[in-house]
Amino acid sequence: MKTVYTWTAIALITLASVTGDIFLARAMKQVGDVHHLWRRVGLWTIVGRVLANPNFLFGVCAMATAFFSLLFALSWADVSLVTPAASSLTFIGTAFAAKIFLHEKVDRRRWIAALLVAAGVAMLAG
Amino acid sequence: MRRVLCDAILARLARILVRCERIVTFRKYLVLAGVAVFGSAGDSVLSYGMKQTGNISLHHLPSLILAVFNPWIALGIVLLLAFFAAHMNALSWADLTYVLPATSMGYVVLALVARFLLHEQISPLRWLGIALITGGVGFVAGGPVLTGHEHHEKVQPAETVGSAATTGAES
Repeated sequence: MKTVYTWTAIALITLASVTGDIFLARAMKQVGDVHHLWRRVGLWTIVGRVLANPNFLFGVCAMATAFFSLLFALSWADVSLVTPAASSLTFIGTAFAAKIFLHEKVDRRRWIAALLVAAGVAMLAG
Repeated sequence: MRRVLCDAILARLARILVRCERIVTFRKYLVLAGVAVFGSAGDSVLSYGMKQTGNISLHHLPSLILAVFNPWIALGIVLLLAFFAAHMNALSWADLTYVLPATSMGYVVLALVARFLLHEQISPLRWLGIALITGGVGFVAGGPVLTGHEHHEKVQPAETVGSAATTGAES
């Protein structure tokens, strides 16, 4: 039962993380480069624009789901299993989702990077 | 003829400006380092706090909320908030598929801290994992920071991006 709880939580963390990352990335692209905006309009205007963006709110809800799933999983299983497993799956899932939903050009270099990092993170747990 | 020449020069300047915006400055590398360090430290502190709290049953979910009052979990949340701010900053000027692999060096930092400060043993498999992550970071760091947003950057000045957000969402 413990194994079922753990892997269900890992699947939920992965799904929620990928969803949250996609929404947050879209929100921040709509807001613009923070480094440039900071000089032109100031910090509080940037904060206002971020908080008013619906994609940001969706992203935060998804990230909150991922966070509480992580807390739940950590109370059952070791961090050395949960964090690397969820992170590895998130790297692969995000590459697919970013290509489909954000129209990022995920070329061979980025696929290799995502796969190397995902494999490396999984091995760190071994 | 002069107008055509001016247009060509302006177009060339615009291209140079866009290219300059894509260069990763030292400050941007600091933001990526912040994402890596705060994320790893937050996860570790949170794990330590949850081990103190003990197992949480599905029938006692409110105790998950109460766990937030544990000092280690509270510190973990503060570190993860710092991670979140740095992550959002990075996502404003780089692709998601660039930011995620580039900030995975945090796992390597954690493993090296465990080896050299905490004197833990690291198995050959873990060293291989560290090598793979470092290779992956090297792969993505050598490529472009931003790929899929050329149209938005050229058309919208920074101040009007927020007001034109709905257009971007629809596309």
